[in-house]
Amino acid sequence: MTTDPRAADAAHDRLSPLHDEHVALGAHLTSFGGWQMPLRYTSDLAEHRAVREAAGLFDLSHMGEVEVTGPGAAAALDHALVGHLSAVTPGRARYTMLCAEDGSVLDDLVVYRLDVERFLVVANAGNADLVARELIARADGFEAVVTDRGSATALIAVQGPRAEEIVAGLVEAGEDAAPTESGVQVVRDMKYYAAAPVTLTAGDGAVEALVARTGYTGEDGFELFVPAPRAAALWRTVLDAGRPLGLVPAGLSARDSLRLEAGMPLYGHELDTTTTPFEAGLGRVVKLDKAAADGSPLSFVGRDALAARRASPPARVLVGLRGLGRRPARAGYAVVAPGGGGEAPQVGTVTSGAPSPSLGHPIAMAYVTPELSAEGTELAVDVRGRAEPVVVVPLPFYRRPQRP
Amino acid sequence: MTDAQFPSHLQYTAEHEWVDGSDPAVVGITATAAEALGDIVYLELPEVGAEVAAGSVIGEVESTKSVSELFSPVTGTVVEVNQAAVDDPAVVNSDPYSDGWLFKVDVASTGDLLSAEQYAALVAE
Repeated sequence: MTTDPRAADAAHDRLSPLHDEHVALGAHLTSFGGWQMPLRYTSDLAEHRAVREAAGLFDLSHMGEVEVTGPGAAAALDHALVGHLSAVTPGRARYTMLCAEDGSVLDDLVVYRLDVERFLVVANAGNADLVARELIARADGFEAVVTDRGSATALIAVQGPRAEEIVAGLVEAGEDAAPTESGVQVVRDMKYYAAAPVTLTAGDGAVEALVARTGYTGEDGFELFVPAPRAAALWRTVLDAGRPLGLVPAGLSARDSLRLEAGMPLYGHELDTTTTPFEAGLGRVVKLDKAAADGSPLSFVGRDALAARRASPPARVLVGLRGLGRRPARAGYAVVAPGGGGEAPQVGTVTSGAPSPSLGHPIAMAYVTPELSAEGTELAVDVRGRAEPVVVVPLPFYRRPQRP
Repeated sequence: MTDAQFPSHLQYTAEHEWVDGSDPAVVGITATAAEALGDIVYLELPEVGAEVAAGSVIGEVESTKSVSELFSPVTGTVVEVNQAAVDDPAVVNSDPYSDGWLFKVDVASTGDLLSAEQYAALVAE
């Protein structure tokens, strides 16, 4: 057995505004993206299952938040990102990417259009500073102000089939001491990838939250953006309100296995600076044809490289792999021809892999050569010197049951 | 550190295995190792009859998040493996010193082993 080397990074890491809550809950902490964050509170599997069956509460305060405001905010983001942000309706969100001039992915993002002239860009923790810097640089010349809100903002996610009930129950009582009907209705009627300001109850006072119906688990759920000083009170309130419904605090370990089952990419694994959105199967987020209101074409950073990339066949594509044995493939392991061991030619590389708690067998995502990417193709993964058989399956591995 | 975490009748390795003094000797992993790994989902153990050498890698312990090599604390011949733990490795998390044992060895010699106190001090570092 060997111990976790990540503990050594602890001294340099930033602490979440919810750090004391995690310590009090007995969380096992880990270093992630320059932050000390909960890896798990009790059991990875129990936390994973709670999100699938009831609800989980996640601290995502390590994520970066960058606000872009002003009359030119939409145009600045159209130029800075691969998506068509000026086409997003206020109150809705879009999954998009920040790419380099060569088309490679610098980060994948969720952008919320809060108002006509106000956007919130949510970045991965490890890329937050880079995203803020790039947005400031790329907004130069536009009538837009870019402000890094990461330190001032806490992000709490409530994910799972009971999430709507739990979040609706947190809507602050109005003047008549009944929860404001409109606030409850806003939460209940909120569409997937929508967001709205809602006043929530937190301890002995209210908190002004941006409530978004977004997530990274494959379940229904909400993400609550709140001022950092109010985060702990809201966290405790959600825990108290949710526990009777089966909600448990859930760590990064469960978050990773949930997103992997849902076939969602994780920056640094499926996406990085050697990858364009096309290899990752996410070419749909690249809006090569985006145009201004007057119909004139809009250029954006990385457009030329991405246009060329779309026109040429990919050297590798992202696939799902189902493990036929018990030993899961892990990130970085070689994908080889079936039956092959150490001598077999490498045909791909695993980007993420784990035993799937929901499905009961190993799952993985991997980049493989296009001719071996068809569903049903039999391959193997070199798991520490021994070939484990796998088969190409469609993504996602897990799809939540549809609500009646 | 409580006695429940590191029972005083066991001896330990720096790689977080324990071995008891019975004959054949019983080998497992410590509560610290089980806790650090998280939910264990797969065990690869030596086969009955295998010759193992103290300090050598003889298997692996895989959790939802990671995998660790298993080192033998003693030199000898494996005489039994815990099939119940292989079938349901969760028992290694829930009961690492008793029902979650891994294998039994007919001991020829031992490696450098630590007392519970020495192991507790190592873990506390």
